[in-house]
Amino acid sequence: MSQSFNRGTVEDFGRWREFSAGMWAWIFHKFTGWVLVGYLFTHIAVLSTATQGAELYNGTLQGLEALLIVRFLEVGLLAVAVFHILNGLRLLFVDLGVGLESQDKSFYASLVLTGAIVVASIPTFLGGKLV
Amino acid sequence: MAEHYSSFERKGTRWLFQRLTAVFLIGVLAFHFMLLHFVNHAAEITLAGTTARMSQFGYFATMWLFLVTATFHGVNGVYNALINQGLKGTQKQAVKWVLVVASVLLVAQGTRVALAMTNLV
Repeated sequence: MSQSFNRGTVEDFGRWREFSAGMWAWIFHKFTGWVLVGYLFTHIAVLSTATQGAELYNGTLQGLEALLIVRFLEVGLLAVAVFHILNGLRLLFVDLGVGLESQDKSFYASLVLTGAIVVASIPTFLGGKLV
Repeated sequence: MAEHYSSFERKGTRWLFQRLTAVFLIGVLAFHFMLLHFVNHAAEITLAGTTARMSQFGYFATMWLFLVTATFHGVNGVYNALINQGLKGTQKQAVKWVLVVASVLLVAQGTRVALAMTNLV
């Protein structure tokens, strides 16, 4: 049976140097969650151009995609989404009582796998016509 | 730390629905990214292509459910995060209703947009 440790509260960000893997996982999951919910509202706002016809929709999407900064933001969004998915899977397993003893290792695995998927996706995200 | 860890019996409906929507979203979010960045490049998306996809009932239903579950999961996540930070009393009620109204508006606008992308109506 594992031991219980009092590591203090994760809300006390000032002592971040003392945070354990699980606390970092908690912070990253919250941060990526905030980014994704913010993006969801933005995404629907941009897609709303579809209600005004093909010219505006195509022009808006292709205009955004022509900007290099948007391509980099999309890579960032991919990183955020992949980490949230992988760490979310880790949380689901932990909640079901599977892998609690190695929850720190599964957090590191989520980070490494996120990095690998994002790096492998960069050519696709930066490919295509740019301004 | 408990020998066996499961919160299914101990936590409420909000917590359970957060997990149930998570299971659905893991698959659909990954599918959405694959389809609209790797199969069809985002730079080549046009309303004609979007309409062709959205006019298939199965795809439309999946995307609409994606909208609803993502809205619930995201907004419920924000609400729980704020409660975690100590949100209480009147402020908690105010935040709850702002989030409920924001969710309803997002789903309504998302549905309107989804229908505009089809030739179903």
